[in-house]
Amino acid sequence: MLLEAIRITRRFGGVVAVNAVDLAVAPRQAFGLIGPNGAGKTTLVNLISGHLRADGGTIRFAEADVTRSPPHELTTRGIARTFQGVRLFKGLSAIENVLVGRHVRMRADAVRRLWPRAAPDRADRDRAAALLERVGLARRAEALAGELSYGDQRRLEIARALASEPRLLLLDEPAAGMNPTETGRLRELMRALVDDGLTILLIEHDVRLVMGTCERIAVLNFGRKIAEGGPAEIQRSATVREAYLGSEDVA
Amino acid sequence: MDEIGDFLAAYSTLVGFVGVSALLALSVWVTLYAGQLTLGNAAFMGIGAYVSALLGRHLGTPFPIALVVGALAAGATAAPLGLTVFRLRGVYLAIATLAFGEVVRVILLATPITGKGQGLNGIPPKTELWHIYLSLAVVAYVLWRVQGSTVGRAWAAIREDETAAASQGIAVRRYKLGAFVAGALVAAWAGGLSAHLTFSIEPNDFAFSKAVQILVFAVVGGIPNPLGPIFGAALLTALPELLRPLKDYRDILQGLILLLVIIYLPRGLVTVAQLRRTRRLQEIGAADVA
Repeated sequence: MLLEAIRITRRFGGVVAVNAVDLAVAPRQAFGLIGPNGAGKTTLVNLISGHLRADGGTIRFAEADVTRSPPHELTTRGIARTFQGVRLFKGLSAIENVLVGRHVRMRADAVRRLWPRAAPDRADRDRAAALLERVGLARRAEALAGELSYGDQRRLEIARALASEPRLLLLDEPAAGMNPTETGRLRELMRALVDDGLTILLIEHDVRLVMGTCERIAVLNFGRKIAEGGPAEIQRSATVREAYLGSEDVA
Repeated sequence: MDEIGDFLAAYSTLVGFVGVSALLALSVWVTLYAGQLTLGNAAFMGIGAYVSALLGRHLGTPFPIALVVGALAAGATAAPLGLTVFRLRGVYLAIATLAFGEVVRVILLATPITGKGQGLNGIPPKTELWHIYLSLAVVAYVLWRVQGSTVGRAWAAIREDETAAASQGIAVRRYKLGAFVAGALVAAWAGGLSAHLTFSIEPNDFAFSKAVQILVFAVVGGIPNPLGPIFGAALLTALPELLRPLKDYRDILQGLILLLVIIYLPRGLVTVAQLRRTRRLQEIGAADVA
């Protein structure tokens, strides 16, 4: 397993946001995480990415215990993420955003650049430009991130996350606010990335997108994992229907 | 050329002060560029001034070595201080660093070796103009090159969004601390130079008003690149002297400049050419410091 969470728990005051959840994500897999609002999905992602500390349980990534690792260390190890609601460096250009994403893969060059003729970081810029191309933003490279449309901002955030050359990509509601065409392109991008060997943990409200993208899905409700399986299994599960789909149609 | 020579002779002290102010403005630029509002640089300047002056007086330490030791003393103070205060952000960070400045001032006021309230007098005038301007050129060049490096980009990312920066693998606390210590070294270096330019120093030279003045230099000039603070410091240091005939209105004029800049050019005077982009940044709410 690339990522394993074992009885991971997080409380906020009296509320147990994530309650003894087990999760196992295999390499080169698209793993979906669904559940109603307040089920603890984002908390779980924040625990995995190191932005929150677990109150109990263990998280293992690529055979190493990373339960207490800070976010920047996890990025170095190969976990990248996007944020619910987008968190770009708005005052920096699109390509600068991607270059910051490459931080852990770039040689620190502050001292080298004191030499007046120090070579520019061309190789890194080329890679950043290639990533922008991949998400369809090549022509907006020099635009300020804050000036991009919402859909473009989401794609830029994915490019920035990919720039750290991650093994695991955490996507927190990447399709929120996207129209059906954009969502379709996002699905293609995710499938292509998995085909290239990336592992994706996808949190999404758009159940249709999760069913169409992920080969394995876990369902959270009130901080507990109530079901896990392939898309078909999840669709059939009576527990899931009862907890989550009361008024919504899953198919 | 004679005119320049005459000007330098008549205004050499002012020209020296302009350079020292520019160094101080650069010292606070480093932390501002990383999005951190710190007000401890006047105190670091004081540490550099007192340490270098006392070394020369009591141990006969050569001037360059005294400057280096003064800067290192400030750096050695900044490192543990930074580890503590960078748990705080925004206005709380500013207040904590300001409190540090008060502590330094009170210590200087109370300690016999620093001359208490009288300060130190008769400091030998060892600072030449070229010392100041060579230092300024070196510091400005280094900061300009660092700005375009992975370090500068990390600072900018921290300024824009700390959480997202950490997610890109940036060790946020370490980079903030680096900026803080670098700023302290530059401020102390400027302090050592200014002590040997003015013959006498006293604790109040490095108090609250100095801290604010340094900040204003940088803010008026602008944070997007190191030229801004130099420009702001030169303007605001030279203006009061050149406007001596209007001296009753000097403070008013200075206040007016600050107000106009903050309202119309929140990214500083160096961004006049990019006014439209500034407007755009204001609309998207990224103009706070940069």
